[in-house]
Amino acid sequence: MADPLLSVEGLVAGYGGVPILRGIDISVGAGEVVAVLGANGVGKTTLNKALSGLVKASAGRILFNGADLTEASPGAIVEAGLIHVPEGRKILPNMTIRENLELGSYRRAKAHRKQNIERMFTIFPRLRERAHQLAGTLSGGEQQMLAIGRGLMAEPSLLILDEPSLGLSPLLVEEMFDLITQIAADGLACLLVEQNVVQSLEIAARAYVLENGAVTMSGSAKDLKSNPDLEKAYLGI
Amino acid sequence: MLSPDIILAAVLNGLMNGAIYALIALGLTLVYGVLHIINFAHGATLTAAMFVVFIAFTVFGIDPFVMIPAMALGFFGVGYALQRFVVGPAAQGSDNNVLLITLGLSIMIENGLLAVFHSDTRSIDVPYGFSSFDLGFTFLSVPKVAGFGVSLAVALVLWVILIRTDTGKAIRAVARERMGAELAGIDVEHIFAVTFGLGAATVAIAACLLMPTFYVSPRIGNAFVLVAFTIVVLGGMGSIPGAVTGALIVGIIESVSGLFLDESLGQLGIFILFILVLLLRPTGLFGART
Repeated sequence: MADPLLSVEGLVAGYGGVPILRGIDISVGAGEVVAVLGANGVGKTTLNKALSGLVKASAGRILFNGADLTEASPGAIVEAGLIHVPEGRKILPNMTIRENLELGSYRRAKAHRKQNIERMFTIFPRLRERAHQLAGTLSGGEQQMLAIGRGLMAEPSLLILDEPSLGLSPLLVEEMFDLITQIAADGLACLLVEQNVVQSLEIAARAYVLENGAVTMSGSAKDLKSNPDLEKAYLGI
Repeated sequence: MLSPDIILAAVLNGLMNGAIYALIALGLTLVYGVLHIINFAHGATLTAAMFVVFIAFTVFGIDPFVMIPAMALGFFGVGYALQRFVVGPAAQGSDNNVLLITLGLSIMIENGLLAVFHSDTRSIDVPYGFSSFDLGFTFLSVPKVAGFGVSLAVALVLWVILIRTDTGKAIRAVARERMGAELAGIDVEHIFAVTFGLGAATVAIAACLLMPTFYVSPRIGNAFVLVAFTIVVLGGMGSIPGAVTGALIVGIIESVSGLFLDESLGQLGIFILFILVLLLRPTGLFGART
């Protein structure tokens, strides 16, 4: 089997010397959609921050596309093509939709900026209508689309989506998962970090379940769906 | 009652002083908007720049206006390096430390200048220092008119940088959403240093514009920065259009209230305005309401 696109080995990370992640192993293959599931506070967001360089790993390795990114800066990680769409969207509220998209290609794929913006407007038609509006005036769902669009502007090899369905109405959640399916269908690898188990397992090929900063279950989405232990992991029994 | 001609002359004079205030306020408001700290070394940077202009003129005979590009570039570099290698690392991520470090820097610069130049006031004697345009009802000093033009041009260039260039967009991004900016691959430390550098460059240009008609002494910068601070609060902390508008208003108020109250009390008007703004519209003219 070929080397996976992303391979995380024994990752330990946390804040102020307190480890949140206690030795995590996960991998994502090229073009694969992998879900990381877990309840609140199990370390999902810390995992994402460690992958994007915002939190430094105290042990373990992060290998991406053949390069060791364990010590890399957030900028270098973006440059390598590992793009993190954060929880809470973190769009730039004081700037227009177009400017938000432009900054998505600040570090990578700058040469394709114009055509990629056009592409984003095709994927997210609502962003085109509001191109010159300040991003802070968008609704939650639109902000999420903008955050994903900004991530796609860098032409990622792997897109990390942190809780993309958080705080959205059920209808919008449907739409968001449809969108992710559509994006993944183009061959983009996605690491989908979610609390929404049912829908995540619908669109992911494989999944990991995180509990207390460690992977407690993993396997194909199909197997996990029928695994009775999954519910227990969520209810913390 | 004063004749309208005299008042109009005072307004024009105020506008010209205001444009220089604008330049000083721009640096202050930009650094505040992005790094969320008051740069206490801003005044000392201005003083240091004025001494550089003074020496360049008296020793090498270089005209202050000719010095503008070199001063802007040089002080950009100094400001960039200060933030990147001194203020940033020493702050250890705490805004309070930044305040203390910039305050410390200003004390070091001022006292260094005092040790070398003593507290005398010095001025330079440019050939066009007293030439003026005759408008019929009043005379306008040529170096002040030139200073007005350069100030507004610099403000415009700064604005275009912020709106049009990727670096400018990154500056605005870091100002409001640091994590979002970082995840787009923006190097926050670099952007902080660029912002600090731009602040230093604007006061360096202001120094070039002030020297032909003003004097320098080791503490002079703080007098200007005090006014600039009023302007920043009046215009709205962090707002570029606010800083320019506020500066022109403050320049006019200073000049006109000097006419009515007495030359030496002109600044009284500024501080009355300052208190009124804080009472009535604490976010300033262009400030974001929270």
